[in-house]
Amino acid sequence: MLAALMLAAPVLAPVLAPALADDTMPAAPYAYRQLPDPAQEARAQALMETLRCLVCQSQSIADSDAAIAGDMRSIVRQRIAAGESPEAIRAWLVARYGAYVSYAPTLSGLTWPLFAAPLGLLAAAALLLRRRFGWGIRA
Amino acid sequence: MLAEFALAALWLAAALAALQLLAGVLVLSEKALVLGGIVRPLAVVQGLLALAALLGLIGLFATTDLSVALVAENSHSAKPMLYKIAGTWGNHEGSMLLWVAVMGLAGSFVALVERRLPERTMLATLAGQAFVSLGFYAFLLLASNPFARLTQPPPEGNGLNPLLQDPGLAFHPPTLYLGYVGLSIAFSFAIGALVTREVGPAFARAMRPWVLGAWIFLTLGITAGSYWAYYVLGWGGWWFWDPVENASLMPWLAATALLHSCSVLAARDALRAWTVMLGVVAFSMSMIGTFLVRSGILTSVHAFAVDPLRGKFILALLAINIGGALTLFALRAGSVTEGERFSVTSREGALVFNNVMLTGILGIVLIGTLYPLVTEAVGVRVSVGPPYFNPVTALFALPMMLVMMVGPLLRWRRDAPGRVARAQGWVMALPPVVGVVTAAVFIAHGGIGLLPLIGLSLAPALALASLLPLRGRDLTRLPLPVWGMVVAHFGIAVAMAGMASDSAFSTERLIAAHVGEETRVGPWAVRLAGVAPVAGPNWTAMEARLVVRYDGAGATTLTPQSRTYWAPPQTTGVSALLTRWNGQLYTVMGEEVEGDRWQLRLWWKPFVPLIWLGGALVALGGALALLGRVSADLKRISVRTRMADRRQRQGR
Repeated sequence: MLAALMLAAPVLAPVLAPALADDTMPAAPYAYRQLPDPAQEARAQALMETLRCLVCQSQSIADSDAAIAGDMRSIVRQRIAAGESPEAIRAWLVARYGAYVSYAPTLSGLTWPLFAAPLGLLAAAALLLRRRFGWGIRA
Repeated sequence: MLAEFALAALWLAAALAALQLLAGVLVLSEKALVLGGIVRPLAVVQGLLALAALLGLIGLFATTDLSVALVAENSHSAKPMLYKIAGTWGNHEGSMLLWVAVMGLAGSFVALVERRLPERTMLATLAGQAFVSLGFYAFLLLASNPFARLTQPPPEGNGLNPLLQDPGLAFHPPTLYLGYVGLSIAFSFAIGALVTREVGPAFARAMRPWVLGAWIFLTLGITAGSYWAYYVLGWGGWWFWDPVENASLMPWLAATALLHSCSVLAARDALRAWTVMLGVVAFSMSMIGTFLVRSGILTSVHAFAVDPLRGKFILALLAINIGGALTLFALRAGSVTEGERFSVTSREGALVFNNVMLTGILGIVLIGTLYPLVTEAVGVRVSVGPPYFNPVTALFALPMMLVMMVGPLLRWRRDAPGRVARAQGWVMALPPVVGVVTAAVFIAHGGIGLLPLIGLSLAPALALASLLPLRGRDLTRLPLPVWGMVVAHFGIAVAMAGMASDSAFSTERLIAAHVGEETRVGPWAVRLAGVAPVAGPNWTAMEARLVVRYDGAGATTLTPQSRTYWAPPQTTGVSALLTRWNGQLYTVMGEEVEGDRWQLRLWWKPFVPLIWLGGALVALGGALALLGRVSADLKRISVRTRMADRRQRQGR
């Protein structure tokens, strides 16, 4: 991450600037406030850690000072408090901001290779080990 | 003048690299054997010239010479000296210059000290090193000249991102680069050995210290970077599966695999092709990481097009180096046999299994990092993050950890589970029993996710198992590399315990507190005693005075700040941490709200420092192994010299 910062420093600066400009607005109610119910807060936290801060470089909304991340935290907490399921909130955010907002890729026509990769690698590993040792053959 | 001298040194270094490559090729193709003697001196001088160029740039940054474009864009006269100097590599051109300087120096070092391999293999190795360096020199000189002057120097520089104005910047990038570039030596050795078909134990023994050295620096660099991110970003996260982090993790995974297969090749003359392949892969990962980070492709595929020259340049370098190495490998794979055979249940068997698992993790990280670029290229942006990486890498890491517990107890070539059980006796049962009991305790405790639960139970089991190779051995006579292995494996267990504990037991408290208010986070009572303005050399800040008590014990004061830098203008939180043996209290100060309240973010993170302690132990293990290997080599060399001397004296 730090390397990211360092190398992205020139890239980050313009990104941070609008975020700073927004800071003149008061933060959303639950941007920096936890839900009173610890179980709900834990659910909200778990969800926030898997949502991308859209203006940051590779940070979740649970890890960011950007104003939009604060707004999104507030949305997540309010909806959790209203009894919505985390996956429903994720779906709502994806509908609004696109798949980019979720760090948990879902299986689709475009993302299937991500899910085929582990299976393919496991198969390749099995094949490699089998070729190396042979089943049951103790050289 | 300094900039011009440094630029001249860089051009000269590039010219010498070209000469080094040419001379190496001419000697190897037996067209001009007389040139054999100049390759080593060329490598040495080339490295020194690259170092001179780097020192020149450091000098320009230290004196804030604003007529140099790079300095004006990235530095500021009011910055503390440490950050002026460290800022040299806090930008694209400077970090690439650091890269070639380290690479040149590594080449010099090899040319000076490495005398164990046949001279032809060494010449091929140095020619390979020159070839790779040449590409990077060309990249610097043609596409990213760090010494370009401005016709009209600005009155003041732009400054450095405040998040980078941290001692971490002085330490983390150079360490990581030593690791990245150290792997270039392994790569060159692999090329050299392929060219001369000399892949054997001697090659592995010559390559091993370089791989070990690079691996130690990579381990330290990643560990330090993770801790830096942890305390500087102010949210308590320590690993984000960020592509730039992944770019440093991938070479580490490949180097870890390479290190182990190198040991097999050195000890048993097995896994020849696999070791060479890993040597190529490890440095390829370093280059892919550099490409990812340097081309701007990470921010967006479209950023690649903003500066197409750089991106295409790196892509071409990547294609030439990796493609060339793989072609050479394919041509020579037929003549490099696999070497000695061994059975499944053997030290080699366990190492091969774990090598394959490490490569699997590497594959997952590579695909997860690159795939979003692919989808973006077709117009859809997706994110791949912790929900993907954590479980999928665990799929490979878990069996690897299990095999890691028994692998070091197995004998070379052929062993039987019964023999190990008899030799170790009841102690063998200890790790699994401890693991199962811990798991049961934490399941009863409840509320812990599956992965943290696995980590928490596996860590003590692995810690115990990693000590088993010490049993029944005379500890005073145990070779250093064995100590190194034990310490490194123990370090993995320690780090895993820290990671799992952080996920499972961290407590968070966000509060908008007025002065005098007290709140609790975990076992801590935290009182906001006051807020006062403070100033530094290039910033002003509001500083909170937090009086904290652990479970009713004595009070300590922590002072997190909210800092405002003026060049560039930016506000950033500076966290204040308190470390106890059982964890860390993490405090951050936010903004003023509702007139008289201050936002505070507090975390109690039980045992979180174990993550970095574990990383440090892993690096220490590597250092012990390196020390052992190098001192054994030195002893062998001095014995050989003494024998040669005696022979000479006796007139034989």
